[in-house]
Amino acid sequence: MEPILHMSGIHKTFPGVKALKNVNFRLFPGEVHALMGENGAGKSTLIKVLTGVYAADQGLVEMAGAPIRVHSPQEAQLAGISTVYQEINLCPNLSVAENIYIGHEPYRFGRVRWKEMNRNAERLLKERLHLDIDVTRPLESYSVAVQQLIAIARALSISAKVLILDEPTSSLDQSEVRQLFAIMRKLKEQGLAILFVTHFLDQVYEISDRITILRGGEFMGEYLVNELPRIELVSKMIGKELEMLEEFPSSAEASGRPAGQLLLNAAGLGKQGSIEPFDLQIHQGEIVGLAGLLGSGRTELARLLFGADRHDQGSLQMAGSGGSIHSPRQAIDEGIAFCSENRKKEGIIDDLTVRENIVLALQAAKGWFRAIPRKCQEEIAEEYIRLLNIHPSDSEQLIRNLSGGNQQKVLLARWLVTEPKLLILDEPTRGIDIGAKTEIQKLVLTLAEKGMSVLFISSELEEVLRVSDRIAVLRDRRKVKEMSGAEMNQQQVMQAIAGGEKG
Amino acid sequence: MLKRNYIPLGVTIGLFLLMFVAGSFRYTGFFSGQVLLNLLIDNAFLLITAVGMTFVIVSGGIDLSVGSVIALTTMVSASLLQQGWPPALVILLVLIMGTIFGTAMGAAIHYFNIQPFIVTLAGMFLARGLCYVISINTITIDNAFYTAAAQTKIKLPGDQFVSISVIIALVVVALGIYLAHYTKFGRNTYAIGGSEASSLLMGLPVARTKLMVYGFSGLCSALAGVVFTFYMLSGYGLHANGMELDVIAAVVIGGTLLTGGVGYVVGTFFGVMIQGVIQTIISFEGTLSSWWTRIVIGVLLLLFILLQRLLGERRLAERG
Repeated sequence: MEPILHMSGIHKTFPGVKALKNVNFRLFPGEVHALMGENGAGKSTLIKVLTGVYAADQGLVEMAGAPIRVHSPQEAQLAGISTVYQEINLCPNLSVAENIYIGHEPYRFGRVRWKEMNRNAERLLKERLHLDIDVTRPLESYSVAVQQLIAIARALSISAKVLILDEPTSSLDQSEVRQLFAIMRKLKEQGLAILFVTHFLDQVYEISDRITILRGGEFMGEYLVNELPRIELVSKMIGKELEMLEEFPSSAEASGRPAGQLLLNAAGLGKQGSIEPFDLQIHQGEIVGLAGLLGSGRTELARLLFGADRHDQGSLQMAGSGGSIHSPRQAIDEGIAFCSENRKKEGIIDDLTVRENIVLALQAAKGWFRAIPRKCQEEIAEEYIRLLNIHPSDSEQLIRNLSGGNQQKVLLARWLVTEPKLLILDEPTRGIDIGAKTEIQKLVLTLAEKGMSVLFISSELEEVLRVSDRIAVLRDRRKVKEMSGAEMNQQQVMQAIAGGEKG
Repeated sequence: MLKRNYIPLGVTIGLFLLMFVAGSFRYTGFFSGQVLLNLLIDNAFLLITAVGMTFVIVSGGIDLSVGSVIALTTMVSASLLQQGWPPALVILLVLIMGTIFGTAMGAAIHYFNIQPFIVTLAGMFLARGLCYVISINTITIDNAFYTAAAQTKIKLPGDQFVSISVIIALVVVALGIYLAHYTKFGRNTYAIGGSEASSLLMGLPVARTKLMVYGFSGLCSALAGVVFTFYMLSGYGLHANGMELDVIAAVVIGGTLLTGGVGYVVGTFFGVMIQGVIQTIISFEGTLSSWWTRIVIGVLLLLFILLQRLLGERRLAERG
């Protein structure tokens, strides 16, 4: 069979980054094809090239054998490529029918044919999506799951041959996911080619026929689902070949520190729709690593521990004080610090100096009406700039002028100043260079030796293995395994991340 | 269920009827067709402007320049007429002027991504200032066509009459309803008001529609200016001072959401009528200061926004 869509030799470079290097992608009529890869693998860049948001530097895109060049999502739609995004991109105030047809509504003698439009919408939803709803009601009166189906209906109404579903299941619950899958199977039978992007491994194995894997902008291969064991998929995504894993030395011996007293105890902690209930204990001076794929619930777990999201199941207690944690404020009072993964949005404040950024948390802890004397602030800033080796070492520099790694260190300093008992680091080394990475890892080990507990979250397995005393593995928003000592090696962790019986 | 969006509209119409009936019981001579028609005669220019404003607010924007554009229109009309220009040409010219003025503001809003509030505020000062460049005094009009337009009474059965302005206003309302509900331009306006980002991704012509929305508002203001000139038979820089706020109030009382995406031209019609009926009641009362109009409008505006807020929350709670 001929592929309906064939992308070959796609290259795309952004200033300083090679986002796609010689990527190939084929999509056959009547198949669901999963596009897999970790953050920064190039999935979204590839989709944006396909939908005309970006222009490829090099490479060929063919639809049904004929080369096409699209320059905008509209042109892609006309060529038969439609996208349904994770966030619904429809208008909440318009009726269901109008959302399906606006832009190409039945239009004659200078007026919109409402009756015809409503009739068509009803028929389309019923026949192709098995959805029997009142199409004259506004979109916002339906649930997100139904809205997503309506978005699919819109794509179908523009006679899509290729349907891109970009993480459609992220905001759906179990039964809604089943409903969506039933419809995907039906559309597949009707000959539609579906490109499916998701982070949930189980879903990939449930619905897909074929998998293409990207890593760091490179094409890692195209496989039939039943010929690709889970563990192999994960190793290709994360980037360690199986053979190499065997000989990778276990780093468990490195952590010879005796476990201290119990510091934090989470029992049956969970939040509906965010993460399944889990148990987790953290001891004094211990580094606990969190491993798992993107979207497996790592950040969600950390946010629960910090009280940034409210848990609705189980309990969360600090040992000793016995206080339970419900808000970031309480968490900070109990000595927990949270260094967020989103440096730009939730961390540094661009327009303040390094010094101001460093003393921010301490000032907040003291209360805003008891200003820290300038001299004292300077001393603190100087001390941590020296300690963490921040460049440039000028404490009056605006933080926006620092490199990513140094910004990260300033953030770290901000929380260290408050002398926390437990430091949560969410992806502390993302997007910074190797040198700075090692420095931060060393620093974490030093801190733990001094008695601080650390929860270390990272997408890079090696890094987690290197620093952690104990590792908790997450998969599909569930804590699936906890390991320490000798069983803590790449092979085991990878196996736990992949899950399933295969492999 | 679907008709939740119609509730504010129903309340507006109900309120108008209630006020009219109450006035009829309280004051002798209030209950007559001519009182009703006078509402239209006195508020024709307000109605025309409000139709344009409805589109702007439905698209999620605001247009503060409308009052000033009316003043500028009266000034330009008066000064050109006094110089002997033919009325038809003057009217055509001011309509084109208003449309270009509005479109230019729309372009600034869209292409430079500036708040509509700021752009149209600048437009408001600009147009008002230009009036005084033409003259700081009132220019009276003695052109035959304009005086005829001002005085012509179109007879209706039962010894009643309306002015030419009323006919123009009703045509604009009808056109507004048609544009809003039966044309791509109208539906795109609603879509943009619902979510501009989505509209872009759905492939709708967002730029063109936004320019047209402000252009249409400018055209309506200029047309209202022409009607206002008929009404006042003069041009003056202080004409229609602060009227933009009356127009916005009428549109909101008519059930259009200030956040965009929801609204009806019919609602706007009744919003204007409610303002008119309040004025009429106060003039029938005799002893009340006309400022009471403002007080009542203020209270109504508050109530309507509260009502919309409540309905909006209920709608969100219901879904799922």
